[in-house]
Amino acid sequence: MKSEVKLIDNDGKRLDGRKPDELRKIKIEAGVLHRADGSCYLEWGGNKILAAVYGPREAIPRHTQDPLKAIVNARYNMAAFSVEDRKRPGPDRRSREISKVISEALEKIVLTEKFPRATIDVNIEVLDAEAGTRCAGLTAAGVALADAGIPMKDIPVACAAGKIEGQIVLDLGKEEDNLGDADLPVAIAPRNGEILLLQMDGHLTLEEFDRTLDMAINGCHIVSDLQKKAIMEKYQSVLEVE
Amino acid sequence: MTVVPSIKRDYLSKLAKQGKRADGRKFDEFRKIEVETGVVSKAEGSARVKIGNTQVLVGIKMDVGEPYPDSPESGVLTTAAELIPLASPDFEAGPPREDAIELARVVDRGVRESEVVELEKLCLEPGEKVWIIFIDIHILDHDGNLFDAASLATLAALFTAKVPAERFELGEDYPLPLQEPPVSCTSVKFNGVVVLDPSLDEEEIAEVRLTVATDKKGDIRAMQKGLNGSFTKEEIKKIIKASIDNGREIREMLYKSIGK
Repeated sequence: MKSEVKLIDNDGKRLDGRKPDELRKIKIEAGVLHRADGSCYLEWGGNKILAAVYGPREAIPRHTQDPLKAIVNARYNMAAFSVEDRKRPGPDRRSREISKVISEALEKIVLTEKFPRATIDVNIEVLDAEAGTRCAGLTAAGVALADAGIPMKDIPVACAAGKIEGQIVLDLGKEEDNLGDADLPVAIAPRNGEILLLQMDGHLTLEEFDRTLDMAINGCHIVSDLQKKAIMEKYQSVLEVE
Repeated sequence: MTVVPSIKRDYLSKLAKQGKRADGRKFDEFRKIEVETGVVSKAEGSARVKIGNTQVLVGIKMDVGEPYPDSPESGVLTTAAELIPLASPDFEAGPPREDAIELARVVDRGVRESEVVELEKLCLEPGEKVWIIFIDIHILDHDGNLFDAASLATLAALFTAKVPAERFELGEDYPLPLQEPPVSCTSVKFNGVVVLDPSLDEEEIAEVRLTVATDKKGDIRAMQKGLNGSFTKEEIKKIIKASIDNGREIREMLYKSIGK
């Protein structure tokens, strides 16, 4: 796709001044809500995301229960005012799909067999959106799950990489997402590198895919460190009070 | 009434007899209020309000559309509230239910009837094109008194909103035409005690609720009684007095947060 806007300048700088392998600015705060069992507020570039975890608690209605393990029920929702043109409140096809792939990614990492017949509800609210909300949402959900004390094999984390004007770059911004050639959101379990979520749209050669995936996974590891820092910060201050 | 609220009821009633509340407040005292504006960049105006542990986010979006046939020269205002499951273990996903609709309507009435927004100034072409204002209320953390939190957040969002004229190629952005806002204060009664700004526990055992909106002069601009209990005339007068006094302080705080 040829675009009018130049996404990368001659010095290799992107529209927002980032280098190809540079993330947008990320801020993570754990335990920001009072009612939820676990929560996280996350800013990722212009994205503002709030995640809250409730559970494990009895799954209702009962036919949704699994007698052998818990279900993980993620709900991705965009606030009406989070996008340029007001979005009608409530789920649409896009948000249902994202909810599904995030639920499945989290189910792999949570020790669901510890809580038969239960549900672990993960609510992801996008308050302000600017490309890459599913990665930001899943990353926030990972911190909220940890904050809720849900037993997990690892803290899941997500990051995207993609291709713009023929070049592989990390963490697409808004224009890059709209005008770029490919976007590859990936979620991993950082300790063993298991891939929990993988989607792609656009066009990549096999060789490009390899490089893009590696770059996304590298991004995941950087974000993972920020997640852990946020959790440490929350609980360190609790310890200091005591 | 299930077991937990009836135990809470005994506890809170016993405290109330000694003139106390569970969080140490006086009967006519609000929790700590925080107002933060401009929190959502995609919205025309936005505000996050905390009253104690209760947290509400309101975003304003605007669009150009057709006016209602019965008011062809006036802008359109719509208010929606979502009690998203993020905010409370008792909220469920799905279309808004009774309580979300009541909340949106009470906030809407407060804004509409007090004529805070000068809708007649939002007409572009009579009968054809007017500005439409969408007020979306997002409850983030529910610890009681959503009415006052949502009303205050709505006002703060409106007062910091910019009409996005540039985006619609209608000239430069400009602030919404607004007048003096009324401030609403909610009280509930249980076991003969009336308390202002109820926490969730107090709300759960409340027999009756009254929301009073007052203006800068101390006049009453809107009221809503809720639940199936009743007040005496004296109680209502006391509630109005407390609402005027607290309304004054809250208005000061609102002005400060919007830089007025």
